[in-house]
Amino acid sequence: MTDLLTPVLTANWGDERAWKLVNYERVGGYNALRKALQIEPADVVGLVKDSGLRGRGGAGFPTGMKWSFIPQDNPKPKYLVVNADESEPGTCKDMPLMLASPHTLVEGVIISAYAIRAAYAFIYVRGEVLHVVRRLQQAVREAYSAGYAGRNVLGTGYDLEIVVHAGAGAYICGEETALLDSLEGRRGQPRLRPPFPAVAGLYASPTVINNVESIASVPAIVNGGAEWFSSMGTEKSKGMTIYSLSGHVNNPGQFEAPLGITLRQLLDVAGGIRDGHQLKFWTPGGSSTPMLTAEHLDIPLDYEGVASVKSMLGTKALQCFDETTSVVRTVLRWTEFYKHESCGKCTPCREGTWWLVQILKRMEEGRGQEGDIEKLLDLCDNILGRSFCALGDGATSPITSAIQFFPDEFEAAMHTPAWELFPYERSTIFVREPATAGAATVPTGAN
Amino acid sequence: MSADPFEPQAPGARTGHPGGDIGSEEVMGHGAMKTHFDEPSIDFSVDQTLLTDNTIVEMRSIAARYPEVRSALLPMLHLVQSVEGRITPAGIEACASILNLTPAEVSGVATFYTMYKRRPVGEYHVGVCTTALCAIMGGDEVYSALQDHLGIGNDETTDDGVITLEHLECNAACDYAPLMMVNWEFFDNTTPQSARDVVDALRAGVEVTSTRGARVCTWKQAERVLAGFPDGRADEGPTAGPASLLGLRIAREKGWSAPPPPKPDAESSNGEEHNA
Repeated sequence: MTDLLTPVLTANWGDERAWKLVNYERVGGYNALRKALQIEPADVVGLVKDSGLRGRGGAGFPTGMKWSFIPQDNPKPKYLVVNADESEPGTCKDMPLMLASPHTLVEGVIISAYAIRAAYAFIYVRGEVLHVVRRLQQAVREAYSAGYAGRNVLGTGYDLEIVVHAGAGAYICGEETALLDSLEGRRGQPRLRPPFPAVAGLYASPTVINNVESIASVPAIVNGGAEWFSSMGTEKSKGMTIYSLSGHVNNPGQFEAPLGITLRQLLDVAGGIRDGHQLKFWTPGGSSTPMLTAEHLDIPLDYEGVASVKSMLGTKALQCFDETTSVVRTVLRWTEFYKHESCGKCTPCREGTWWLVQILKRMEEGRGQEGDIEKLLDLCDNILGRSFCALGDGATSPITSAIQFFPDEFEAAMHTPAWELFPYERSTIFVREPATAGAATVPTGAN
Repeated sequence: MSADPFEPQAPGARTGHPGGDIGSEEVMGHGAMKTHFDEPSIDFSVDQTLLTDNTIVEMRSIAARYPEVRSALLPMLHLVQSVEGRITPAGIEACASILNLTPAEVSGVATFYTMYKRRPVGEYHVGVCTTALCAIMGGDEVYSALQDHLGIGNDETTDDGVITLEHLECNAACDYAPLMMVNWEFFDNTTPQSARDVVDALRAGVEVTSTRGARVCTWKQAERVLAGFPDGRADEGPTAGPASLLGLRIAREKGWSAPPPPKPDAESSNGEEHNA
């Protein structure tokens, strides 16, 4: 039986200047690369397959299998693209990883690129995180200087270029085919599949796209072996992963645990819902995963466990909201997010999110009309499964799940504004603190 | 609806999101609400430019990073902003000519992404997250406090040209909610007062440091880093913030760890474990 928390990816985050190459090497950094370079690329793919690693960016597709789809007999160059466009509401695991230990990712990039025989790897990081971009740029430069990247990696004859590519503000670019269009210098709009990126991805060439955490897990798998990795987790959800706890909890933060831990266990070690309050609803993996309630505290947070209650593990972004929160307001705000981020390519999503916002907005104001709940569900039904990509599907998740669990609140929205039912100031972190009485946190240098 | 839509006793005046939507001008009080779909297009009547021959050389060096040059367009547009303070017609022309695209193709890209600005941005871009979780935790209050304090609306700039205010969508720091960003540096656990303190310091010319980042540079300098030209500040700031470290700290206190690997510190000469 493994421990409740199992820091692997996060193990060095507390180290002094962990982002520097010398400090990463001091804790065994780049040993996995040396090891991987001594085995055949196909065997690295086999190792990752055997480990049971599944994509940590939301969909949970087996990583090694994705790699094995790259047709090695295709004469075109192969590409590795890291999806570091972390933007799903609630999701905040990849940014601290790249900030604290960018070399964990860079080492994973080199091993993974070697495994699929790519000569180019791109780290597509959202642009709105300046310091993360700085740390990544520096880590890549350090890797080149040390001979881990560039021409003739560690004298093996393997060449690899790594490019850190900053995006420019668009949630949709976290969708892998939209990311590819963006990386090609276009508007970030999703592509029709098939062909899948493994066959025709970046520059119409075979391409693997993986989430930051997936790629960052590869060095640990190479070091520890598939058996070690799969000794953590549950039957079909192997390994350790980072859970992000946020919202109305006493102590929000990042928790690395074997897949299958429950929210109750996490809340217990983290100090629970904020004092004097109770959990009302939560998301297992970002706003695009249907919300759950206190009755789901004991479901295992693995791919199957969360699916069994008709939600998704997603990015393991556990956003917790207490009883002070208006679910109508919350869902409106998420829906405004999807409306803003809809790329406009397909009609159900572009128009549907716009209409959803109109209806939810009047419901927040207590001016809901007869039939609005049915209209919301009807709109969701016309978006879900009929949109070009998962953004549209995701936009419906908070609405349909909220109506399922809190129908009374939507009924109340016919006559009472949300802020009367749930005074908004009660939900804030500074509810007991008059705004003028001094801030909880004054950033250094600001005084 | 006049200038004070954020009066505490009348939250309904907000009608939800500071993000609002088309036609919500009166809701904002301070000016029109803009999203990247309803913003005015790039002003092609502007003919002055700060781009130099050196900028063009740097643009070409960006293009050289990629197997296919068009991939350079996003970083090149960041570079345009680092020089011009926004996307300009001259910048679009320069990108188009280097990448062998039409200006329309470049404009089409520039207008898709929220970080590319069609109007001049102040020295410091201050963003407040108002997506659901941050908004509920107090982001709405922080944002309205800054609007009142600065006397500007969304996507507007103070008269002294120092601060441009914008509400943001989720910026991937939810464990530090409510989150504010200054030139895309993290300002964690913001309150209305701490937010006002930060913008006051910036307007007074006092150096401000991010809670999990570097000393805040100017918006143009930040855009230059995003274009791929480092500014030497990567080593500033902490490794991680307290929330990022919480799970690790608890694991250490409880003596919890991952199972030991079968052969700890396996040396590079050892490659058989892949058969495990």
